[in-house]
Amino acid sequence: MKRVGVFLCWCGSNIAGTVDVGKVAEQARRLPGVVHVEENKYTCSEPGQAAIVKAIKDQRLDRVVVASCSPRLHEATFRRTVESAGLNPYFFEMANVREHCSWIHTDKETATPKAFDLVRMAVAKALRNEALTRGSITIEKRALVIGAGIAGIQAALDIADAGHEVILLEREPTIGGRMAQLDKTFPTLDCSQCILTPKMVDAAKHPNITLYTWSELEKVAGYIGNFTVTIRRKARGVDETLCTGCGVCQSKCPVKVPSEFDEGMGMRKAIYSPFPQAVPNRPVMDRANCTFFKTGKCKICERFCEAKAIRFDQEDSLIEVKVGAIVTATGFDLFKVEKYGEYGYGLYPDVINSLQFERLVNASGPTDGKIKKPSDHEIPKSVAFVLCVGSRDEQKGTTYCSRACCMYSIKHAIQFRDKVKDGRAYVFYMDIRTPGKSYEEFYKRAAVDYGVEFIRGRPSKIFSRNGKLVLKAEDTLLGRPIEVEVEMVVLAPAMLARNDAAKIAQTMSISYDGYGFLNEAHPKLRPVETNTAGIFLAGVCQGPKDIPDTVAQASAAASKVIGLLSHEQMATEPMIARVSEALCSGCLWCKPICPYQAIEAKTITEKIQGKVVSREVAAVNSGLCQGCGACTVACRDGAMNISGFTNDQLLAEVDELLGASRPACAAE
Amino acid sequence: MPNLKSPLLVSGGPEKRVFLGEVDAMAATHVAACYQCGKCSGGCPLSFAMDYQPRQIMRLVQMGLADEALASNTIWVCATCYTCTSRCPRDIDIAGVMDALRFMARRRGFRPGDRNVGVFHRSFLNGVKRFGRSHELMLFVEYKLGTMRLTEDLPLGAKMLAKNKMAILPEITKGRAEIAALFRESARGAEKGGDKL
Repeated sequence: MKRVGVFLCWCGSNIAGTVDVGKVAEQARRLPGVVHVEENKYTCSEPGQAAIVKAIKDQRLDRVVVASCSPRLHEATFRRTVESAGLNPYFFEMANVREHCSWIHTDKETATPKAFDLVRMAVAKALRNEALTRGSITIEKRALVIGAGIAGIQAALDIADAGHEVILLEREPTIGGRMAQLDKTFPTLDCSQCILTPKMVDAAKHPNITLYTWSELEKVAGYIGNFTVTIRRKARGVDETLCTGCGVCQSKCPVKVPSEFDEGMGMRKAIYSPFPQAVPNRPVMDRANCTFFKTGKCKICERFCEAKAIRFDQEDSLIEVKVGAIVTATGFDLFKVEKYGEYGYGLYPDVINSLQFERLVNASGPTDGKIKKPSDHEIPKSVAFVLCVGSRDEQKGTTYCSRACCMYSIKHAIQFRDKVKDGRAYVFYMDIRTPGKSYEEFYKRAAVDYGVEFIRGRPSKIFSRNGKLVLKAEDTLLGRPIEVEVEMVVLAPAMLARNDAAKIAQTMSISYDGYGFLNEAHPKLRPVETNTAGIFLAGVCQGPKDIPDTVAQASAAASKVIGLLSHEQMATEPMIARVSEALCSGCLWCKPICPYQAIEAKTITEKIQGKVVSREVAAVNSGLCQGCGACTVACRDGAMNISGFTNDQLLAEVDELLGASRPACAAE
Repeated sequence: MPNLKSPLLVSGGPEKRVFLGEVDAMAATHVAACYQCGKCSGGCPLSFAMDYQPRQIMRLVQMGLADEALASNTIWVCATCYTCTSRCPRDIDIAGVMDALRFMARRRGFRPGDRNVGVFHRSFLNGVKRFGRSHELMLFVEYKLGTMRLTEDLPLGAKMLAKNKMAILPEITKGRAEIAALFRESARGAEKGGDKL
């Protein structure tokens, strides 16, 4: 006879506020197999866990049911508790009476019987639970970092410094990402490139880091500790081993197109390096704009290349790497400010976005750091900075705050006032958000020391009048309409997820939110993990943030990777599919359904009525199976089961719920 | 009153923020630091009688709306109790700004919107000139005669007298001579174009 102990958690008032725990306890005592029922204010606390251990010993329990929160929160905790008392941890069963009951109900009269339903289902399943043992897998001691902006570079350096190999993947011609485009960083006004380029060089020179630029993620297969990643190395048009990075090809190339790196504020060639400090210092050929690829003639670059490194016939190549962990640091795109027709971006050349301003003010940018109006290359005497363009706008943009725009726009205003002494800088804002070390002080400095003028109100329209740009708004602090005439307008666009973020997420089987930002496993307690084991997040791909937060998150992700790679082996959950070969008819419907390619056909021989017969059955690769259960649904014979969630166990729960013979715990 | 409906035009020209600079210099503070939290207005014991809240005066100064700030009755209603200054999270001397604005208003010929404000200030100073210290009963009588609001506040006056809160005879200070000298000095300054008391 099985002996079940039921532990009912109050979770303070989280459960006890909505569920009459005493009544559930009273009912639970009458359940078949239940020999011990106990209430605890916090079962997960040390005394709560000690009570479980004591009851297992005193009452000789062989099954334990805890009715508390979601298994995602504390299943592992209680399994350990049960194990410490000498019981197989898989004899433990959890009923979620918090997320599934008390938190979503307000009425005690209905929540209490529902809580009891959940408890008796868990008891029914626990009675059929089996002892399971964990397996182990070998860990490939190498990490892949996708995206080589500051997040990716930081994560790669940290992992590499810990002694592990890192593959750093970047789809642009150079590493550096967005931070390489910036001039100065708030609130210290450090030169962005001066603090970034040493890290770029470190990453390139680190013996443990292999750099793949101009390369894209093609495919990810496998699982934690054993990922197989396919990388597409796009044809660079240049033999990287021969090229010396002298730059003659780009100086001789006759084609000029707007530079992506300069956000269209400057030009580049058809064979180019985005900026002088690019790492690696090897150009790429832009085939869409190259005269040779368009007309079949030119090849000027080839003629001048002394290293004979130009390759017009180079093709994309695919390489396969094995890694144990992946850090995703794919960065962000900017909101298209032209969606605000009323702001005249695209119509008025002197209405630009913040990243364009960043290129204008950058000493190594297209204007050598002189802030010049795109229209006439004159220095503007007044600039308006407009915040929240696309942020906090449910109609045209996103609901969220992009977090960095207040600070960088204040920085822009300071930079403008610094460079144009008699100029006036206006910042149009709704709220100034300065949550960071020395940020509020930076804001005050802008107002007091730099005379930046802050106007609280979203401009409703930007139009041209007498050669000036007019921002029509309300000064909501004065409570009256205002029109401000300026010579240049800088719009601060919302930070968006990469437009192909969903595709990247699907390639890696990780989840993402409605805006395409990749989801962390827990918003507070697991901020750098994803719900797919072995894949971690760093930087803005997870949500808008500034450089300090990005670097912190990157190092956090790296520490998780280092922790994982410091083991030779790791334990695997035993809750994976298993085949009953006796029942399996060998139809293999399960094989194409398996998302992890974990099912193969296997030939078995058996004796039937004295004759030796060979037949095909399904076989599960325990290393690949993630226990998703898709195969069990497809199996016509009921031969496929997930250990710990067998058909028998699940049906026992359903029978318990529907069984009319059981006494219902109605409000008495 | 200014027209609150037509848009305030800001030219964005390269001219300096003159008015803000003058106020800052006179009050030795930084009005630009004001982030408009409203704590000054919230704690002001006289805000009920003001046409612009202290916070709004700060904003007018930031935006260079000199005429509006100087014509407000707020600067005259302000009792310079320094509650605002002592509580300002941005460390702005708001009461000092009010003081500066009063000086500027006098110099530029702005009259307090409420003429009684002037009568009160004159009555107060006359008392100080006479006795070296304010004498409430005399102030009361002079103010009442000056404003011709004779019956108003009479019960309050009677109550104060009954409770000994208002002395019948003035106190005469020892330093009367020095105070008289201050008044003379000030009058000489006024002749040279300074502020007239």
